[in-house]
Formats: sequence, C-alpha cells, structure tokens
Amino acid sequence: MDFSLSSEHEMVQKLVRDFARSEVAPTIRDWDRKQEMAPETLPRMAELGLLGVCIPVRYGGQGMDYIALGLVCEELEAVDTTLRVVMSVHMGLNSLGLLQWGTEEQKQRYLTPQARGQRYAGFALTEPGVGSDVARMLSTARREGDEYVINGEKMWISLATKAHHVLWFAKTGGQGVDAHDAISAFILETDRPGVTKGDLHGKLGVRAGSTGWIACQDVRLPTANRLGEEGEGFRIAMACLDNGRYTVAAGAAGLIRASLEASVRYARERQAFGHTIDRYQLIQQKIAVMVRDYEAARLLYLRAGWMKNRGLRNTRETSLAKWYATEASFQAASEAIQVHGAYGYSDEYVVERYLRNARGAMIYEGTSEIHQLMQAGYALGLRQDAPLRCELPAYDAEIWQAEV
Amino acid sequence: MPNTVQVYIDHFNGVASGASWETLGAARKVAEALGGGVTALVLGSGVESLAQQAFEFGADEVLLADAPGLKDYRAEAYATVVSRLAKDAAALLMPNSSRTRELAGMVAVDLETGVTPDAVAFEVKDGVIVATRPIYAGKLLIKEICAKARPQIVTLRGRAFPAPAAQSGRKGTLTKVDGAAEAKTEVVEYKASEGGVSLSDAAIIVSGGRGVSNNPKLTPPAGMTDEKQIEVWKAQQGFELVRGLAAALGAAVGASRAAVDAGYVPYAYQVGQTGKVVSPDVYVALGISGAIQHLAGMRTSKTIIAINKDPEAPIFKVARFGIVGDLFELAPALTEALKKKLGK
Amino acid sequence: MNIVVCVKQTPDTAATITVQDGKVSWGDAPLVINPWDEYAVEQALRTKEAHGGKVTALSLGPEAAREALKHALAMGCDEAILVSDPALEGVDSLVVSKALAAAIQKIGDVDMVFVGRQAVDTDTGVTGPQLARRLGWPALSLVAAIPALDPGAKTITVERMIDEGRQVVRSPMPAVLSAVKELNEPRYPSFMGIRKASKATIPVWSAADAGLASVPAAVLAWPEIIAPPKVEIKVELIEGATPAEAAAKLADRLVAEKVL
Repeated sequence: MDFSLSSEHEMVQKLVRDFARSEVAPTIRDWDRKQEMAPETLPRMAELGLLGVCIPVRYGGQGMDYIALGLVCEELEAVDTTLRVVMSVHMGLNSLGLLQWGTEEQKQRYLTPQARGQRYAGFALTEPGVGSDVARMLSTARREGDEYVINGEKMWISLATKAHHVLWFAKTGGQGVDAHDAISAFILETDRPGVTKGDLHGKLGVRAGSTGWIACQDVRLPTANRLGEEGEGFRIAMACLDNGRYTVAAGAAGLIRASLEASVRYARERQAFGHTIDRYQLIQQKIAVMVRDYEAARLLYLRAGWMKNRGLRNTRETSLAKWYATEASFQAASEAIQVHGAYGYSDEYVVERYLRNARGAMIYEGTSEIHQLMQAGYALGLRQDAPLRCELPAYDAEIWQAEV
Repeated sequence: MPNTVQVYIDHFNGVASGASWETLGAARKVAEALGGGVTALVLGSGVESLAQQAFEFGADEVLLADAPGLKDYRAEAYATVVSRLAKDAAALLMPNSSRTRELAGMVAVDLETGVTPDAVAFEVKDGVIVATRPIYAGKLLIKEICAKARPQIVTLRGRAFPAPAAQSGRKGTLTKVDGAAEAKTEVVEYKASEGGVSLSDAAIIVSGGRGVSNNPKLTPPAGMTDEKQIEVWKAQQGFELVRGLAAALGAAVGASRAAVDAGYVPYAYQVGQTGKVVSPDVYVALGISGAIQHLAGMRTSKTIIAINKDPEAPIFKVARFGIVGDLFELAPALTEALKKKLGK
Repeated sequence: MNIVVCVKQTPDTAATITVQDGKVSWGDAPLVINPWDEYAVEQALRTKEAHGGKVTALSLGPEAAREALKHALAMGCDEAILVSDPALEGVDSLVVSKALAAAIQKIGDVDMVFVGRQAVDTDTGVTGPQLARRLGWPALSLVAAIPALDPGAKTITVERMIDEGRQVVRSPMPAVLSAVKELNEPRYPSFMGIRKASKATIPVWSAADAGLASVPAAVLAWPEIIAPPKVEIKVELIEGATPAEAAAKLADRLVAEKVL
C-alpha cells in the first residue's frame, strides 16, 4: 500500500496552492463582504485548466486522474470554499456526469467546451420545496414529439447566473410510475427561450460565490438533450452526487488544514499570562484534534479517489468521506475561532469565514443526516448498490492523455 | 607584490561609493596582518581625482587605468584590466555593489581563484582571510576561506565596516597603467529606476499609526470646520513626518490598519494581518501601539525601532530600540540627526 | 534559437534553516526550484515563443535536482539535462561555472543562456558572470527588461538594474543573462507540462559526459557554519533631556550598531 503522492500529484498540488494563495487570498475578504464572485475567478480557473483537470484530453480536458481532482479541491478550499464549489458543480456534478452517462455526441458538444473552460456548467436538482426528498421533485418534462417541454424552478444552484449548461432533472413519468423511475436528466443550455435566472444573497457563508435560482417556463429541449434513458434520472443524479460529494469531502479536508494552520500561527504569536498560548494544554488539545481530523479526512477522500481511479463503485466510501470531513471542518473552524479569541470573531482574521463556509457543506450534497442513514443502511444490510448501466470510467493515463 | 592588498574603487560617473573608502580601511587591516601595503585600483575615464581621494583614505599606491574605453563600466573590459593588475596580489577587496559582484566573479575565473561576496566581517589567520558572510538570506552565517589560490577576492558589504578618517593632503605613489581592454557590449544610456520603493521589497520601512494623527499643536487652516476633515488633515500632517523620515532613509512608507481605516492613508500602505506582511531589515514604528494584528505583519523585521508616548505599548516588547515621548518632536529630530549621521 | 536556462534546486525559502552536526539542515521543508531561476525559465520560454527554437533546462546537482528540472519542463522547457557527479559535490562556484560551461559547449550551438541572479541557499550570485567569462560571451547580469532582440543579427539590448537606476546595454549574442524579478512574472506549470515532465526521462551526465576531463578542486572552503544566536529582544530605551538629544543619541546607537 503506497501512501505517497506521485511527483505529478505533488506538482498539481503546488500549482493550485500557489495560484490560490497569490491570486485569490489577498482579496477574498473583500469579495466575501461584497457577496460577489470576483470576476477573474472563473476565467483564471479556466485558463489554468482547472475546469477540465480530470477529463480526458480528447474531450478538452487535462487528462489527470481523480486523485488530482481531490488534491485540487483540497488546495482551493484551503483558501476559500467558493473556489471549490466551482469544481464541485462544474466538474464533480456536471462534467463527470456527462463523462459517465453522455453519448459521444453529447460529450463532444457539451463536455469538451466545459473541460476547456469555454463554458461553465452547473447542476439543477434542488427545488424550493425539495431537498433531500429528490424523488418528490415538481419540475416536469412533458414529451411532445421529438422535444421535451420543461417547466419548474430550481433553487440553491451554484453558478446559476454564470453557467452556460446545467444538468436539469425533471419528472417524465406519469401516474403509476414509481417516483424513482419517473425522473429524467437533461442537458439544458441556460440561454434557451423560457429560462430565467437570478442570484440569491444573504447566505451565511460561501459569500464570494455565485448561488441562485433557475426557472423554466415551457422551455423546449430536443430529445438529443436528454442525458441517459428516460426514467433513469434519479440514478444519474445519485451517480453525479458521488462525484460532487467527493469534491466536497476533499475541500472540507482542506478547510480543516487551513483552520489548523491559522490556529498554529496564532497560538505561536499570542501571549497570555506571560507566555505564548501554544504552551497551554487546552489550546494544544484543539490543535491535536484538528490534526487528527485533517489526517483522517484526507485519507478518506484519497481512498475514494483511489477507488474511482480503479473504476470501483465508491458510493459508500465517498459518502463516508463527505460526512466525516464536513462535520469535522465545522468543528475545526469553530475551535480555530476559539483559539483566536475575540480576533477570531472578526473578519480581520480568516477563521470566521471558514466557519461560515463550513456550515453549508453539512447541508448540501447530502445532509449529514442523509449520510448517516446511508452508512447505517450499508452496515445493517438494508442498503446495497445495484450496478449502474453506465459506470464512471476508471482512470487510464494512456487513454486519457491521448489526443484522439 | 605577493603581500599587497588591492582595493577596487567602485564609482559611478566618477563619484566613488562611501563603501569604497570603508573597503580601503578594511584593506589596511589585512595589509598589516600580511606585512604589506594597500594599493587602490582606479578604472575609468577622467577619474584621476579618485586617485587623490584614495590616498586620503589610506591607499599607499594607486594603479590608475584611465582610458576612453573605460568610461562606462562594462564587465568584460573592467575584468580584463583588473585581472591584469591583480594577478600577483595577495588579496583583492571590493565594496559590494551591482558592479563588483560580477566583476569579482569574472576576475576570479581569469585568475583561477575564489571570490567571497558580501562579507560582513573578517579576520586574518596565517595570511588567510577568514571572511564571514550570510547565506540563506542571512538565516545562517559562514566563515569562508580561500586557503591557497591567490589573490583572495572578497567583496565587503556596505556600512558593515567603519570608514577611515580622511587624511587631507596625504600622498602616495600614482602609477598609470594600460587601460586597453576589449568588450563586445556597448552602453546605450542610463535611466532612472522605475517607481518608488515597494513596501514588500523595502529594506527599510517607516510606518505611522493612529498616534500620528493627533498633534495638539496643529491649527487647522482657516475655514476648515468639519471634525472629521480636521482629523484627517491633522493625520496627513502627521504622515508628512513619517514620509520625511522615510525619505531620509530611502525607506518605504507603511501604516497600521487604524490609520488606513480612518482614511489617513490609502490601503496600499497597510501593514498587518490584513494588508501586507513585510520583513524588512529595519522597521520604524511611529505612534503604533503594536497590537497583535499589526505585529503579525511586521514582527519578523530584523530590527524594530519604536517611538510612542505610551511606555506600556506592546510595540516596545518587540522593538530593539525605542524612545518614549512625543513623536511630533522626536520624528523630525530623528530625521535631522540621521541625515547628519549618514552624511545626507 | 537554441536557449539554455540553468536552474538550481534549493530549499523552500519558508524553511527553518539550522545547523546540525556542522551541516546546514532545512528539516523536512521541500526542495524547490530556486525562485530566481523561475524568472530565468520564464524569460527563456518567452524568447522561444517570440522567436522560435528550443529551451533546454540544465542543472548541476544531486539526483534530487531532477525535481527542479521537472518544474522547468512543466513550465514548458523542451528538454532537461542533469549534470550529477560525486566529484561535483560540495564544490564552489569556480568549479560549478566550469562544469556548466563545459555542458553548454557539449550541448552546442547555444544562442543564449539564462540564469537566475543568485541561488537562495548559497547567495553567491557569481555563477552567471563566471559562466559568461568561461564561455567568452558577454555577461549581461541583473537584467530587468529586454527591449530588443534580433536573432538574425544576433544582437540584444537589455536594461540592467544597477544601484543607481538602470543601465541600457547593447550586446552581441551569444550572451549569458541573469534575471531579476522585475523582468517578468513566471507562469504556473500547465497540466500538460506536468504530465510531460513526470513522464520525461532526464539524462544524467557525469562530469566526463559534460566534457570535463577532470574536475578541479574547489578553492574555497567553509570551515565554519554559524547560526546567528537568537537574541532575546530587550528594548533599549533611549532618553534625553530634549527630544533633539534623545533623537541624536538614537541616531548614534543605530549607526554604531550598523542598523542603518
């Protein structure tokens, strides 16, 4: 069992770390305050190839593996969650969904420009009245000849006003069809007539990001835009979440690490009762717990990435990694604030932003509660993963890095 | 001469650097240990007056290579001449500058000897110069020797060695030497440096804090009645004192967050947790209390100097030198005193 | 244009440097490409992009220096060569410049050599000029800008950073240029570059392979390495009867202690 990262992985880590630290960190506090995404963020990530990092070269990507995706997310979120959210929706949920379920034509038409960073991509599953209970979604896709007519409203959609393409999930099955077989997935270009969108503000965290809503009013889509078979949408959504969650898990590990680093730095400087506070045991305890949680979270997401590389089904492992890392990152950020004392409560220091950002990750991409039910289900034999019609392709360096 | 110590006189446009005279002083010490004399090397065009200055600062002999081809410093040509002159010397010292590091390097290749750049101290043991110089950006120091090869070439850091007192009218032996040398390059022109000293790169920073803003002795100009306006005006007057000291030291200007938030100076000046993290050789904090978020931005400075009216201010815990007092009197006084002391 | 850029592998500048058993230790800090060399690599790449040709990254060091060469490849250099030989360990810049000059002559037909202004570990900063001297080429050191370059006419005009401002110099090529950070903004490695770099086979040349029949002995030695003692900061409060007096005393102290 080799726990070391390849020199390729190390170079990827360094590249992303340097980018995030030198180009994003200096101004992130101001954008977070403004509740706006810095305009350079998406173009820069596109320019550097991040938006196609683990997509095969022949589909416009950079041909790196799933572990590289995880490492990228860890480094991005160590500076700010909004960068990782871009990877989660554009790459994890949408692009890898196309890679797994798309026809060759769909991959050429949508995945390639996304991987090149020429188009931004999003994922429209959640609705105002539907979160965990996906099967009960209200959005419909009515078949009319060789078109679908889409109606519905999706909410809490990252990059809602910036994405060119979103995966839109809607009910195609009528009465009598089991809810889980009644949903289909669609590739929706957001500039089609009938599509409206807007930004949402006032979130507790991820404020330098772009979150919004998208509504469809009688939007017509050719059947060629349906992803997968009719009625397969629920399974597709869940498969996409396996990849989205993976990026969240990796990012949350980065957040724990960032909380740890900030706490160590501060504890070495701050004096109280005649000494720097790093020598007091209750501070040391907080640091120790952060170390423990960072290393555990890191190993959990790397294992999931390793399984993805081998083409092994990893729903359980990814869910476990996401649940663990996100809960731990909230705790780590909270304790980091405590280490900083009153300064932790002010946005002069980074840790309050970490806490606000961490809180969202316990809700999206499967609430912590959903993950607990999943884990218990697996452990108690109540839940089993049935094979999928399309599996996420295993990583093969030669195939992925080939030009054609 | 086998135990002569040579000194290359570094100059720009016929004006020698102060460090050249410091190097002459250091050379005398080496020469005494070796039992020899001090010879200055003067290269250029129309630079005979430098020879006279070299005598006054302690050279016994001056080798003067005065030729039109040497008017502008060009490494190839200067190296050829210096190598010709230095080949039998025991040691060749130079003040460290943008010219001499490469010059020393090239002479070392010509004469197959070693060069120790940027020495901050030295001693001579059995005819060998043991030079102390920084490595790893000064995190470590090494003692370096060139045991056998000659001459031993060392460049000395400016202001690390005392300048000898000038002995007006002192004389020595002036020898004119051949200044012919080939160089393929051509100096087109000289330009001024771009921009001022950036905060991140500055070796010296003078910063002002909230304390700079409330000089009780200032009267606002007639017609200014708005409280906030008066406060900002007073602070800007106060920052003129910061700028004055910075200008005298060739330093960059910084500010604490309090000063920036209050509108006294732009955000680009801010040093601290938010704002820039700096690590200059010298950080002068005027009217800055030294709260932890400011310290986070400057505490790795090599030497911190603080002026504050509050003796309990935390800045005094990290400062190496400090004065407790009225900065409105002390800052201008310090500016004058340093100008005089540094000969500006 | 046939361009060579010399790179060195050095400890990360954030590392805590100590002396252990008389040797320099950087703990478990990573070894990286010398930061100044990144500016040199960037300029080499920009020159190739503007005028065509090839960039070869060259390093003298232990096996581990491969990583610095990989970084140069990942930035976009076409080839990399490592000169590594036990006889070249612990030598001084006189030997280093000789070995690099020999390697550059072995590569042959080189039009330009870029180096960083100094290595952040040894801080010597003479390798570029020494290399130029050995090759018999002009040394253009501390280059902050390159306003003109004519590969056909083999001429180059550079702006050098000098203490007094900038010196504009015209020179024939081939030449050795050392880069300062005003010259450019180094690019990040691209993913394609990273992939290529990790797959690349980097030839290792012994001193003999590099054209050095024998390795001369170093002329310099470091008999002692000193960690500057950690000074407990105790502020020296200067007093005076008047502000002018206190200020004068402070000025005296600062100059006496070589602070200013």
